[in-house]
Amino acid sequence: MAQSTLPGREADAGAGPGAAGEEPSKGGHGRGHWQQRFLSWFALPGAAVAALLIGALLILAFGANPITGYHALINGAFGGKYALASTAVKAVPLLLVGTGICIAFRANVLNIGGEGQIALGGLAATATALALPHLPSIILIPLIFIAGALGGGLWGAIPGFFKAYFNVNEILSTIMLNLVAVQLMNYLLAGPLIDKTTPFAVTGKIPQTRLLSKHSWLPTILHGTQLHLGVIIAVLMAVAVYVLLWRTGFGFRVRAVGLSREASSYAGMPVKRTMTMAMALSGALCGMAGAMLVFGSISHRMVTDGSLTGFTGSAGFNGIVVALFGGLNPLWTIISAFLFGGLIVGGTSLQAVTGVPTDLVTTIEGLVVIFVVSIGYVRRRARIQAEASEAKPTEGARRRGPLRILRSET
Amino acid sequence: MSSFFTTAILTATVASGIQYAAPFLMAALGETLGQRSGVLNLGVDGIMLLAAFGAYYTALETGSLFFGVLVGIGIGALMGLATAFISVTLKAEQGISGIGVYLFGLGLSDLLFVKKVGTPKPIKDLRAYHIPLLARIPALGHMFFKQNALVYLAFLLVPVFAFVLYRTTYGMKVQAAGENPAAADSVGVNVTRVRYSAVILGSTMAGLAGATLLILDGIFQENLTQSAGFIAVALVYFGAWRPYGVLGGSLLYGLVTAVILQWKALGIIPVSLADLAATAPAVVTVLALLTISRRFRQPAALAKPYVRGG
Repeated sequence: MAQSTLPGREADAGAGPGAAGEEPSKGGHGRGHWQQRFLSWFALPGAAVAALLIGALLILAFGANPITGYHALINGAFGGKYALASTAVKAVPLLLVGTGICIAFRANVLNIGGEGQIALGGLAATATALALPHLPSIILIPLIFIAGALGGGLWGAIPGFFKAYFNVNEILSTIMLNLVAVQLMNYLLAGPLIDKTTPFAVTGKIPQTRLLSKHSWLPTILHGTQLHLGVIIAVLMAVAVYVLLWRTGFGFRVRAVGLSREASSYAGMPVKRTMTMAMALSGALCGMAGAMLVFGSISHRMVTDGSLTGFTGSAGFNGIVVALFGGLNPLWTIISAFLFGGLIVGGTSLQAVTGVPTDLVTTIEGLVVIFVVSIGYVRRRARIQAEASEAKPTEGARRRGPLRILRSET
Repeated sequence: MSSFFTTAILTATVASGIQYAAPFLMAALGETLGQRSGVLNLGVDGIMLLAAFGAYYTALETGSLFFGVLVGIGIGALMGLATAFISVTLKAEQGISGIGVYLFGLGLSDLLFVKKVGTPKPIKDLRAYHIPLLARIPALGHMFFKQNALVYLAFLLVPVFAFVLYRTTYGMKVQAAGENPAAADSVGVNVTRVRYSAVILGSTMAGLAGATLLILDGIFQENLTQSAGFIAVALVYFGAWRPYGVLGGSLLYGLVTAVILQWKALGIIPVSLADLAATAPAVVTVLALLTISRRFRQPAALAKPYVRGG
């Protein structure tokens, strides 16, 4: 996958939600130019609208009214203080995973292992809180996030290292490590980490930890809702990653490696180390999401139903959707995570009103991914047309080398 | 451990290992063809799920497993057309669009299941066919020749795919499109058409695999495949893009799974460690990828959309 065709990572992302920085207008007013501008601003919302329209057709096919359904969805997600707080809480893991995905995808390393990294982060954080229950909150809470980041980071670094140094396809290794992670989680929660105090149920002991120390619970920041400190931490992390990617040398190297490994290597950059680091950081953010899922939960335990999604709520996959919809830019990903958090929360209301199960949300998310990556081609074509209509030879030359391309994005 | 090494247990384990391998093998053979043409189809798992539901629903309604399999194949072909359009015509990043297809299939298959079936009902069993004479061979007969028709089909398709890939003009065109599409184009091979056909055929196999998995399980449930489609994609790398390599990988995966389950049942692995032992197939696959990627080269144009003159 040498040629990167991800949205927002094209040679010049131009203006629009996909862009990292606004490119100065070149003053062209040709038809192609207008088209290009239109597409870059409306491509992502267009993808969402198209996916929601197909969702409406599905609701209709199941004999329910899509307008009633979507009205219930929006109300359930954004109508009132409690709904907004639930949406924000759901958005927290999505934002952290999405931010992590931004780093990995910008380095052109496709991290599909978010699910496993979340689980490992959750396990590491839980083990820490179980081992040190008496530490005061001010120390314990930072500690559990560090533990979560280490657990997830390690789980992400493995496929990153294999990819960088042994050219092992990272898509496959991350998916395989998801399969390993789920069994590891089941083993640890049914064995070493199990709550020994619960009596035997008919089906055997529930695979869950004991109630975690109160000092490790994430404090609520809005009275009467579940809104916890994690929301602030997640947003701060997204801003930090934005700064990391666009204001530091490491971030520059990540993006350079993502655009062209060969050119970056030729320019003397440590390509392999950068790729491994990008995957480790990506995993670390997923691991923090895992810690959030445990310590921001209502039960304040880590519990498994035997599947990964039972713990993660598919945040590892949904985070990819969120990051793509945010144009692989951590700041736009904040908004994107909130919207998709709303889609998940509102999906329950939609089910209550229309009887269409929440799987509809998963279906719509899949369509969003397909449309977003497909639209990239239409955008590139519009750009090529715009360039052809300008017909300035210098313009074409400016865009040729991969490192030149970087400049238009920095 | 001694309880494991009895003829009866060993043959039963091998027989079930072969059965486990069948759906992986079908999906992986199809994926091999697609990847050889230069297209990475990562949506296999989603396609398998949709096909499995289609097969399940048809089998429930008509009472015919045969129609069920046909519907599964049809859904595979349709999803293949969509996948080809996304990756060949729209030139989308294939590693990501495949995740989209997966989520779409995961969501829609369960959506349809909940709305159209609701309470799970088992479908009828596909009975094993004992091959005359061969089934009577001691031990071997029980392992290999008392399987059902779909399992035989999976293994018979291996030489068919090898023949098509290595011995026909079409196979040569597929390989050319996957190795050097520009050169293939220059000698008159229609790269777009070749890739479309390879992806559609590959997805049809994924549909067949989904239907087979369903019939072996006998009932549909949410996320029936448990990532089997992704494992099939990994097995293509494992088998170094060769039909017989894929056969080896699928058999190994199926057998390791069967052995672990058997050991669990016999109590050779303590219950507390059973979950840990279940990671073995995935760990073996990752380690295999590590060695394979150093020895073999993937199709040069894999996952690279072809642009004429680009």
